[in-house]
Amino acid sequence: MLWLLFFLVTVIRAELCQPDAENAFKVRLSIRTALGDKAYVWDTNEEYLFRAMVAFSMRKVPNRETTEISHVLLCNVTQRVSFWFVVTDPSKNHTLPANEVQSAIRMNRNRINNVFFLNDQTLEFLKIPSTLAPPMDPSVPIWIIIFGVIFCIVIVATTLLILSGIRQRRRENKGSSEVDDIEDKLENMDTITNSTRCDSLDMKGGHINDVFMTEDERLTPL
Amino acid sequence: MEKARAQWGNPLQFVFACISYAVGLGNVWRFPYLCQMYGGGSFLVPYLIMLIVEGMPLLYLELAVGQRMRQGSIGAWRTISPYLGGVGVASVVVSFFLAIYYNIINAWGFWYFFNSFQDPLPWSVCPLNGNRTGYDEECEKASSTQYFWYRKTLNISPSIQESGTVQWEPALCLVLAWTMVYLCILRGPETTGKVAYITALVPYGVLIIYLVRGLTLHGATNGLLYMFTPKVEQLANPRAWINAATQIFFSLGLGFGSLIAFASYNEPSNNCQKHTIVVSLINSATSIFASVVTFSIYGFKATFNYEDCLNKVILLLTNSFDLEDGFLTASNLEQVKGYLASTYPSKYSEVFPLLENCSLESELDTAVQGTGLAFIVYTEAIKNMEVSQLWSVLYFFMLLLLGMGSMLGNTAAILTPLTDSQVISSHLPKEAISGLLCLVNCAIGLLFTMEAGSYWFDIFNDYAATLSLLLIVLVEAIAVCYVYGLRRFGAELEAMTGRALNWYWKVMWAFVSPLLIVSLFLFYLADYILSGTLQYQAWDATQGRLVTKDYPAYAVVVIGLLVASSTMCIPLVALGTYVMRRLKKGSSVPVA
Repeated sequence: MLWLLFFLVTVIRAELCQPDAENAFKVRLSIRTALGDKAYVWDTNEEYLFRAMVAFSMRKVPNRETTEISHVLLCNVTQRVSFWFVVTDPSKNHTLPANEVQSAIRMNRNRINNVFFLNDQTLEFLKIPSTLAPPMDPSVPIWIIIFGVIFCIVIVATTLLILSGIRQRRRENKGSSEVDDIEDKLENMDTITNSTRCDSLDMKGGHINDVFMTEDERLTPL
Repeated sequence: MEKARAQWGNPLQFVFACISYAVGLGNVWRFPYLCQMYGGGSFLVPYLIMLIVEGMPLLYLELAVGQRMRQGSIGAWRTISPYLGGVGVASVVVSFFLAIYYNIINAWGFWYFFNSFQDPLPWSVCPLNGNRTGYDEECEKASSTQYFWYRKTLNISPSIQESGTVQWEPALCLVLAWTMVYLCILRGPETTGKVAYITALVPYGVLIIYLVRGLTLHGATNGLLYMFTPKVEQLANPRAWINAATQIFFSLGLGFGSLIAFASYNEPSNNCQKHTIVVSLINSATSIFASVVTFSIYGFKATFNYEDCLNKVILLLTNSFDLEDGFLTASNLEQVKGYLASTYPSKYSEVFPLLENCSLESELDTAVQGTGLAFIVYTEAIKNMEVSQLWSVLYFFMLLLLGMGSMLGNTAAILTPLTDSQVISSHLPKEAISGLLCLVNCAIGLLFTMEAGSYWFDIFNDYAATLSLLLIVLVEAIAVCYVYGLRRFGAELEAMTGRALNWYWKVMWAFVSPLLIVSLFLFYLADYILSGTLQYQAWDATQGRLVTKDYPAYAVVVIGLLVASSTMCIPLVALGTYVMRRLKKGSSVPVA
């Protein structure tokens, strides 16, 4: 009698968890891809941990706080490693609806991943899309900052060059206009006094004819 | 008292200015493509022959004219013959077109450069879609680097008819690019000469760093072997020779007037023959060097994609048949495939159509040139390297230097005739003329920052300079040899530099180079006419790839205008001068 009951229970349980059963999800792990040499072997203890994590996720859903590890059923474990799982209700006759399981897993995906040292790509729940992490969005895009720095440097350098060019040109103009002024003054003097004033001979803009300088004058330091 | 003409600080500045002008983006993104298309190592044969027969003589011609006439292109050609001032005007017009569209490449370079200071690089990951369950659709269909280029940088529209609005990000970068150009050309050859040291030398430093990095990449040897294996049958392909001639011609930047402008600031006794040989050899050597670097990067990228493809196949098979993780590797893939096909034939036939055929050859075969190579292929390779931010920054810094160096030569070609002309330079100081030029070019260049801007860029790139330059250089060669007189020019050169003109140059200038240019010109004309409607590549966002479309009527009109406006200058100015002379002769009082 007892073994008949036991048989019935296992049959029912087996029927609840089957590939492509209602409310069943396939899980695929790629442990060697993720961890390489540090890969661990997938055995029944790891399966127990997995069931514990799923039960933990379900307990966080309102109205499902009484989910136990025994309510999570695993089946069809392959070498890949892949398997199917379902979560049953406390009566162990029906499986919990897929969308509840899906939302529970999605909420706790990160913790499940971390327990197994895997990530969204190496621990796949088929038919449960993962929420991708958005890229870091700084308030000011970085490129604008660098653009601003370089633009300011270029503007400053350009302004400096233009200003120095203007200053150089003004100095040249002033130099040539000084020569013009003094020459004008000289002409005026000549028209008034009809003689050349001595101090006007020593101006900078004038030309001194070296031929008429004596040896002493040439060697006298100024 | 006449103001002395500005001069280079020392002859080395002149050489560096010429090198930084000639060594530009074409060396990096066009020559490797040509090498790949036309037979790898064997392309070097037509290339070097064309260098000796066409490149060096024409380069020497331009430098000699500039050094002898000591004026910009307009004044120089007017001195050669009053009727040929139009050649100079045509050069200035072509340089103007080039200046308008070339700086947008620098703007894109700046954009990528600024975006390289992030982790992760923005073109290495796709952005997420609306509800964060997957990636953006366009990005999935194309690749993340293509998405970043077509969507984030250009925000390209599906066709040239839909212009869209000006995109502010590339517009800002364009303003920066023009401000930088203004900074460098502000004071004429004083500043240009010093900037030329940097723009000529630093790219070589970066190329050497990249060479070392490239050669140590996994799979680089695949690319190098593929490229340098000569396919000798391509030597019989006339297109290989034509493309070699074209590449030499445009790579040296002949016909724009920049070389004449640079040489006009030389001492009359400068040995420009030596400089010709140095500049042309360095230009070609740089092309070959850059293609070695490019092909090691190609090899890395192709190997990476091939291994990625293999991994996808392995994953697909592992998942479909629930094999043990890590059991399938690249080495036993074929065996296992055979085993699976025989053991589970029905399931295998389901999976089989989904299995991609991974081939290293086909990855290496994807030949890309132009902006596609620089901004899509290279960035794809860089994102897979370690410390990718550093490599990205270095790479775009090099691109910017190369682009800036060419822009300097370009703007010198436009500015030198302007500052030479008494009319303009008496009213405005040098700084104001340069500033006005940069402002006007920047304003027109904003056209290329619109959503359809990249299509207009392609129009300018393909048609603004090609035919016109061939015609200009042909007229230049004929003018010097037959209008001015080869013997007279040779004697003047000898008097100026103290060295007799070698017979080789005389033969080349008088016969061989003009003949070559005429044949190139005829070939291109025939090509344009025979190909019927002009077509372009448009980006289709829904499919995530390029599609071919026809140019609308108004675009074809613009193309025609571009070519006509520069080539027509030559006959129009000649006609104008003739008419003016007749009028003057007619109005002058006859002496009794």
